[in-house]
Amino acid sequence: MLALLWSDILIFLLIGGLVLSAYFASKQEQTRRPWRKAFQSRVGTASFVVLLVFLLVGLLDSIHIKQSESLSPSSEEHTEVVLSVLDIFLTPLRTQIEKTYSAPFSSFAYAKEISLDGTGVSVWTAPRLSYGGAHLEHPQEEIFGDVLQRSLLGLLKGIAAWCVLLLVLAKGPNVVAFINRSVFRKTALYTLLGLLLIIFVTAELVGFYHILGTDKVGEDVLYQALKSVRTGLIIGSLTTLVMLPIAITLGLLAGFFRGWVDDAIQYIYTTLSSIPSVLLIAAAILMAQVYMANNPELFSSVAQRADMRLLLLCVILGLTSWTGLCRLLRAETLKIREMDYVQAAQALGVRKLTILKRHILPNVMHLVMITVVLDFSGLVLAEAVLSYINIGVDPSTYSWGNMINSARLEMAREPIVWWSLAASFIFMFGLVLAANLFADAVRDAFDPRSKH
Amino acid sequence: MFPPLGLFVLCLLTTSCTDIVLNNPYSQQESQKAVIYSSFSERPKHLDPARAYSSNEYAIIAQVYEPLFQYHYLKRPYQLVPLLAKEMPLVSYYGHSGEKLPRNTSAARIAYSEYYLSLQGGVQFQPHPAFNLALHKALPNEWDRQSLNSLASNTRTLTSDDFIYQIKRLADPATQSPIAGLMKNYIVGFADFMQAQGVLQKEQPHLRKAERLHSLNLSGVRKIDDLHFIIRIKGKYPQFLNWLAMPFFAPMPWEADAFYSNAELVKKNMTLDWFPIGTGPYWLKENNPNRRIVLEKNPNFHLETYPAEADTIFKKMGLLHDAGKKLPLTEKVIFSLEKESVPYWNKFLQGYYDVSGISSDSFDQAVSFSATGNIGLTQDMQDRGISLQTAVTTSSYYFGFNMMDKVVGGDSDSARLLRQSISIAIDYEEYISIFQNGRGVPAQSIIPPGIFGHVSGKEGVNPTTYRWQEGYKRRSLEEAKVLLTKAGFPSGRNVKTGEQLVLYFDTMDSGPDSKARLNWLRKQFRKLNIELVVRATDYNRFQEKMRNGSAQMFMWGWNADYPDPENFLFLLYGKNAKALHGGENASNYQNAEFDRLFEQMSSMNNTAERQVIIDQMISISRKDAPWVWGFHPKAFSLHHAWYKNSTPNLMANNKTKYVRVEPIARKAYQNKWNQAVIWPLVIGLFMLLLLVVPAVISYRKIERATAL
Amino acid sequence: MINYILRRLLYVFPVLLGVNILTFVLFFVVNSPDDMARMQLGDKHVSQEAVDNWKVQRGYDLPLLWNEGVSGLSKAQETIFFKKSISLFLLDFGLSDSGRDILSDISQRMWPSLALAIPSLIVGLLVNITFALLLIFYRGSYLEYGGLFLCIALMSISGLFYIIAGQYLVGKLLVLTPISGYAPGTDAFKFIILPVLIGVVGGLGAGARWYRTLFLEESSRDYVRTAKAKGLSDLNVLFRHVLKNAMIPILTGIVVVLPLLFMGSLITESFFGIPGLGSYTIDAINRQDFAIVRSMVFLGSFLYIIGLLLTDLSYTLVDPRVRLD
Repeated sequence: MLALLWSDILIFLLIGGLVLSAYFASKQEQTRRPWRKAFQSRVGTASFVVLLVFLLVGLLDSIHIKQSESLSPSSEEHTEVVLSVLDIFLTPLRTQIEKTYSAPFSSFAYAKEISLDGTGVSVWTAPRLSYGGAHLEHPQEEIFGDVLQRSLLGLLKGIAAWCVLLLVLAKGPNVVAFINRSVFRKTALYTLLGLLLIIFVTAELVGFYHILGTDKVGEDVLYQALKSVRTGLIIGSLTTLVMLPIAITLGLLAGFFRGWVDDAIQYIYTTLSSIPSVLLIAAAILMAQVYMANNPELFSSVAQRADMRLLLLCVILGLTSWTGLCRLLRAETLKIREMDYVQAAQALGVRKLTILKRHILPNVMHLVMITVVLDFSGLVLAEAVLSYINIGVDPSTYSWGNMINSARLEMAREPIVWWSLAASFIFMFGLVLAANLFADAVRDAFDPRSKH
Repeated sequence: MFPPLGLFVLCLLTTSCTDIVLNNPYSQQESQKAVIYSSFSERPKHLDPARAYSSNEYAIIAQVYEPLFQYHYLKRPYQLVPLLAKEMPLVSYYGHSGEKLPRNTSAARIAYSEYYLSLQGGVQFQPHPAFNLALHKALPNEWDRQSLNSLASNTRTLTSDDFIYQIKRLADPATQSPIAGLMKNYIVGFADFMQAQGVLQKEQPHLRKAERLHSLNLSGVRKIDDLHFIIRIKGKYPQFLNWLAMPFFAPMPWEADAFYSNAELVKKNMTLDWFPIGTGPYWLKENNPNRRIVLEKNPNFHLETYPAEADTIFKKMGLLHDAGKKLPLTEKVIFSLEKESVPYWNKFLQGYYDVSGISSDSFDQAVSFSATGNIGLTQDMQDRGISLQTAVTTSSYYFGFNMMDKVVGGDSDSARLLRQSISIAIDYEEYISIFQNGRGVPAQSIIPPGIFGHVSGKEGVNPTTYRWQEGYKRRSLEEAKVLLTKAGFPSGRNVKTGEQLVLYFDTMDSGPDSKARLNWLRKQFRKLNIELVVRATDYNRFQEKMRNGSAQMFMWGWNADYPDPENFLFLLYGKNAKALHGGENASNYQNAEFDRLFEQMSSMNNTAERQVIIDQMISISRKDAPWVWGFHPKAFSLHHAWYKNSTPNLMANNKTKYVRVEPIARKAYQNKWNQAVIWPLVIGLFMLLLLVVPAVISYRKIERATAL
Repeated sequence: MINYILRRLLYVFPVLLGVNILTFVLFFVVNSPDDMARMQLGDKHVSQEAVDNWKVQRGYDLPLLWNEGVSGLSKAQETIFFKKSISLFLLDFGLSDSGRDILSDISQRMWPSLALAIPSLIVGLLVNITFALLLIFYRGSYLEYGGLFLCIALMSISGLFYIIAGQYLVGKLLVLTPISGYAPGTDAFKFIILPVLIGVVGGLGAGARWYRTLFLEESSRDYVRTAKAKGLSDLNVLFRHVLKNAMIPILTGIVVVLPLLFMGSLITESFFGIPGLGSYTIDAINRQDFAIVRSMVFLGSFLYIIGLLLTDLSYTLVDPRVRLD
């Protein structure tokens, strides 16, 4: 049974909106051209495919289902849990929980403890993990061969999957010609091959090893990093959803009507943007927390509370970050309204709203586009910083910011526990880098001034 | 351009081979002296002894102020000895009609007790400008304005007036002393004085604090002469002596308030709450809460010597090496601001802090267990000459139920069974092993080890949650489930409505560790198929919920103020209920029998009779289970080889004066541990040069070409 | 000109008033003065009297916006809003909730912030411009593509990683600098160098790209084309003309951030234990010392607006084409 959270619904609405607008955009040559240019760039295409994979992970994690799960393997009792599709895919990762830290690919716990050895003498050693490398008799000797074997198998499966996919897509055996038909196709398919290889190798290994180690309470770090994808995506995208209507409406109105409307809107955004944003966010988050504390009946479960806090964070970030785009749009509208065709339309007595919709809005959309893509990576990064000062997402939410926050303490350990930090680094870097590269390609394609 | 750069690289290369320490956070001259390097993580809120009430504040003011008594450094059980007092006080009891009663009278017949206190003669205050009476009227036109040290200072001999003045300050509503509410129940005339001062302050707002306090008498405190005075308290309250050993009752010269009332000083944040005036072994020289706090040896310190007696165990540890030497043994104490545990730990390992606790994150690096289960230091720590001290603290960390709550609270059988069931399910052994690295003792009752009333071994078992099997053995989950079924929630579902039981845990979320902890807690409740909702909120809201009794379950801790069971049992005393009376009974537990026994117990001396009553009280509370008793943490601390005479003493907070440091040994260690590694820097520079040089060369070419 | 400046100055006040009202609403809706009192007084043995007393001392015992108890103008004056918010306009920050004079704290903590922010700005500027010039110098070669990718990569790393990694690498492994802390005067050097380095590396990606775009834009102007047509080499044009002309937007870009340097850097300061205004703010947020946060919000807005004013002015000074009406 579906049990969607508010953010699930919103993110699907957002995706639906994106798909729709992409469909309409592809109908019009005027908007198709820059996009085609963006996808002629190899970097742009490759990063787009990477982004899609992240998006897929995030979407799978956004379909929540109510399930009945047994309390423990041995017991008869069942309890209802809400899981996402991703959780179900990652069941081995989710359920194979160790006692505490363990290093990537290790078969031994990080912390030593007293245990009985074979002869009944108590010794102070690192115990074997209950899941990681548990199938190996003598981990030290066997691990390398085992990992190699499984990885090769994963690679083969990955290649096979890619080939099957090609055959299906090309609808026949002439795949080489299919691949080489355009730069976009070639880059996209090879990027996909790379990603498929990574995914299949990982899939082969996760059942037997903690490939990114485990954290303080023994939870798999890879699982945490994957679950954090959704948080990053939501913050990056829903925030823009909040911000766009305000920025576009106010920006266009200020630029188009001028006079007191302009003054009022300018006043609002100057005031808002003059407050250091961190302080504004801190104050707003505190207020939101009070509201949630006073209305506990609104949230029946932990997940809902955390979800609401995530949404509130998006709303607050959105309310504090629309000023930049608004200023930009106002300036652009001021310019456009002096253009001949707008003047002509006004002289002909076309309704103002119509002018705004027909003539001005389409001509500022490239600015909106560029800002949205650029802001996305900035917001993902901002989440980490806000979590560091404890005004970010709920501590129970999986997020890279929370992971980094706990990793700070782990860096002081000896031997150093680097894998949580490394995992959040890799995933965050992957997402933000892809977003930045894609943003670059989009900007090059849309910016009328760029010459390539 | 190139030759100097090359030279620079050469310099770096050569220095990398020599002895160079680049990361000493202190100035060079300072580290040659007998200085203790310590830290503070947050600006101490109050240094006024009438207001300070937390350990980070005591770390500083207990070295500066001295009360009448102190805990003997090297004797257990904790024992009070005179400090500013000449001898232990003479206590006499009086009946309701004023007649003097013999010492063994029962508490019920005692209306008043009188403490006759006598002082050491000739004790002088630290030098301070406040004793320069000319400065009370006006400050000179020319002075530093950044520090008081540039003002001409003076001193004065301590008299009993200074003690009396401080008690008046405690009672002054303007001081906002945290113990005023408590003391007005004990010290005779305290409440009246409080009220009268409040009125006086309203009527004559211009009156300066010192004058205002002088103008009225506090009837329960009587001066005999300069070295003797009497405090009269209501009823019998043996723990009053312990209060007298706390900085609240340290002497305060009236000159302090007079001096600091200067508006210019207030504007500069220079107040008594910030620059203390005491008689102690050190005086506060620099107080920069943004960077560091410096204590320096008090030149006027009265003669106090290192204790000559000690328990055998301390003798064996060589703690009498300095016996008879004049205290303090160090020149200076420097507290540096260090907010986070990671840099603190790293600096400790580099030798820049003398002592460190062990956070759960550095535990594995520091501590290992031998095959027999004995605690020891890891090889790395031993090689560094670091040593370890452990002690079970006189604290309790517990999981509380709000007894006013409809579901978990109240006196009904169903709620009691539910609480008992949860008490079994929350596996504190696992908690201690995961979050405390095993540094804790699961609590069997409210009273921690080391406090009178604690029972160890088989007799001390809490039958509600444990059984005795060669040690304490937690009752099984099956038993918890049986209790839960009896409580009306079979398999976590309400037997009447069939709804799943949902409970709420209130907490203030903070720190990266909280997530793991909350997850763990949810897991504990899931074992009973109870859903736990965590209501995380900020500190303010949490406090408010606790105050108005709207929290359902919470975790809290208590640190002993003094080594007496009363200081723990009062946490369950009905009249201390937090939501009803604003007291410290956070779970708002009410039990008439318990309260009656408490009243009886609190005025008794530590006798077998008292033990019997305490046992009864504990047994009542175990059955009612208003708390999951949680655990008593074990404190582990590490100190470097050059840090001598340190021993865990959980009651004494003025331990700094006994410590000796060896600066030469410290310097040697620091040099050994902090050799700068320079080659990566050199390589990095080379790489950079490789990039820049071609650009510069071609730029020069162009320059020349255009010049032609 | 003077008219313009005056008008801009007059505009400052409504903005500051707006900031003031907004923060007032945010802060006094979240927590009642009672909460603040209890938090400041500690949690052992706090009585209602002590709370009331504290509120009286700090002036929190007044009504929020309207005082019915008094007459005339003081109905509006004898309120928390008037006493606590309006007084900020006179830079009278009053006492913090823990009872210290805020202005005095700010004037002390300003210096470490500046000691960190100014070198970061200058070194950062030099390194960014150098890097941007190098990128242009190696234009079209693989070095440029590598460099541009490096820029984007550097931009894609969270600032927290730079700080954590820098502290670990330089402070712990290479033991080149103290791990954290601060000392005034020349001693500050050894504490500042690592945060400055981290700040520069962290800002390099975005900075160098920004300046590269700036230079490229400048070099697409007509006069550059003319110069090239005259036969001057690319590099020659770059250094002789482009760099000089690009100085105007660079300098005016700096002017806007200059006043904000006082505010310090929130994360870096608290990570390295530098007692500046950034860590002051973070501490205040964590301790929920509303008086300080309110003051910092106001100060931040104030400085930001001054920065805007200065930018406007500097534009008019360096570029006579900008019209002032």
